[in-house]
Amino acid sequence: MALPAGTKDRGWAVKCTSRTRRKLIDRTMKAAAGVAVLIGIGVLAWVLSVVFVRGASALSWSFFTKLPAPPGAPGGGLGNAMLGTLLISAGATLLGVPAGIMAGVYLAEYGAGTRFGGFVNFMVNVMMGIPSIIAGLFIYALLVVSVGHFSGYAGAMALAFLMMPVVARTTADMMALVPDQLRESALALGAPRWRVIVQIVFRAARAGLLTGVLLAVARVSGETAPLLFTALNSPYWPRSLAGPTANLTVTIFNDAMSPYANWQRAAWGASLVITLGVLTISLLTRFILRRRA
Amino acid sequence: MSTIRASVHGAPASAGPMPKAAHTGAISVRHLNFYYGSHQVLFDNTLEIPGRSVTAIIGPSGCGKSTHIRVYNRIYEMYRGQRCTGEIFLDGENILGSSVDLIELRRRIGMIFQAPAPFPMSVFDNVAYGLRLHYQLPRSELVDRVEDALKGAALWDEVEAKLHHPGTALSGGQQQRLCIARALAVEPEVLLMDEPTSAVDPVGTAKIEELVQRLKERLTVVIVTHNMQQAARISDRTAFFFEGRIVETGETTALFTNPSKKQTEAYITGRFG
Ligand SMILES: Nc1ncnc2c1ncn2[C@@H]1O[C@H](COP(=O)(O)OP(=O)(O)OP(=O)(O)O)[C@@H](O)[C@H]1O
Ligand SMILES: [Mg+2]
Repeated sequence: MALPAGTKDRGWAVKCTSRTRRKLIDRTMKAAAGVAVLIGIGVLAWVLSVVFVRGASALSWSFFTKLPAPPGAPGGGLGNAMLGTLLISAGATLLGVPAGIMAGVYLAEYGAGTRFGGFVNFMVNVMMGIPSIIAGLFIYALLVVSVGHFSGYAGAMALAFLMMPVVARTTADMMALVPDQLRESALALGAPRWRVIVQIVFRAARAGLLTGVLLAVARVSGETAPLLFTALNSPYWPRSLAGPTANLTVTIFNDAMSPYANWQRAAWGASLVITLGVLTISLLTRFILRRRA
Repeated sequence: MSTIRASVHGAPASAGPMPKAAHTGAISVRHLNFYYGSHQVLFDNTLEIPGRSVTAIIGPSGCGKSTHIRVYNRIYEMYRGQRCTGEIFLDGENILGSSVDLIELRRRIGMIFQAPAPFPMSVFDNVAYGLRLHYQLPRSELVDRVEDALKGAALWDEVEAKLHHPGTALSGGQQQRLCIARALAVEPEVLLMDEPTSAVDPVGTAKIEELVQRLKERLTVVIVTHNMQQAARISDRTAFFFEGRIVETGETTALFTNPSKKQTEAYITGRFG
């Protein structure tokens, strides 16, 4: 029956697919979606439970306050790595967030609809897709090689490189949601453009902006690859970010690969700490968004 | 040098032939053309708006009413590709000139939009926004001026107790009057209103109409409306737009009872639009 679409046979076709067939398709789709959800949640629960069970046994007060113990020796902790991760993440946030927000403002306000704006938009999307190890290599070639040694600063820059496009994207998207009418109202009162952006648009989009920043922080705080070539690692307390700096993710990598049982246990503990940190940030963002809605 | 004279048609004697000195908010539009990109939507608009009066702009949807008044405060410049040619004189000064201070221009010409858009801040801060922008006032005077503006917009009694609540928590009609208070606070000479009551209930509409009647004692009101009764009730003069051209202007009563153009008659008797 090769009737062109839209001719008088339409009614017949509708009748045929109705009832049993449609119901069957509907049920199959529902079942497939259900199975997919179960697999997803199941794997997540599995990972989390293993991390919690094996990580919890490593946690103690000294785990947060002490330096790593030598192989085989009891006690010790990863206090230096936790502090280092906090410092590197804070440095990355300080570098990446303002740059990302400004890029987002450009995309949403000044560059919208221009050729260059379209180009920047494309570049931001490309940057978001760059594998994190490339960010590490880039900073390694740029900074570590020219300075001559690994440093926490280089690590912070590599992470900032990863944060910037994420923050720019969410900032631009959230600002685009603010109705033009609000901008026009402020401009019509005589406000210059920058004031409209800072006092009205930022304020209207603040929950979204904060969410973007927190998600970017959560995303980079679990990165290992960019730190391998930049911050490296260190068995000492971080004095400044000028030299190799201890951090949780590279520590997990090293300790988990080591043949020593107490180091492997420390790696599980570090995994739990990072997981809890990221989980906290995610819950915080949900809470912020929920309260705004 | 000044061959340009602001319109004094039907205006009180305050204007006179030396319009620059007297800030009455008289507007004179000369040969205004407007383009969205290469698409022209206003054609040779010429219009005299006397100071301290209410002028209604009517016409079918899409005829360019909003576009026309959005040139007065140059808000259209926010968007790329929108441009115009022609002249608009406010009290004798061409506001489309390149040396015009946009910030001061927009203090002198306020605008109310179809949908009220309170800023994401308290009622007080909404009204104080323009004041803080243009003046550095001591707190006590700021408070007084905010109160005056809210009273001027007939909103004070309703919000006196919730000055520090978010402006977005008010009702639609209250939000629109909040926007009017916000615009009035900086003491403009002209108030542009683009269908200010189309999202407001009848009671709120009546309040805004009354308000407009009182406002014309101190400023010029230009109001776009789809509601013919509203135009007849509140305006002194009316301009009828059709397909980007001003077909007819005149005293409101004359235009409604005895239109001189066929198109005007057809529109006001409801035959199209
Ligand atoms: N941003 C824009 N880009 C391109 N064309 C536009 C734009 N805004 C309006 N136009 C066109 O300009 C013409 C006039 O529009 P305008 O909004 O001024 O009409 P209006 O008289 O205010 O209509 P309404 O009564 O529906 O508000 C219309 O044909 C419209 O399609
Ligand atoms: Mg309109």
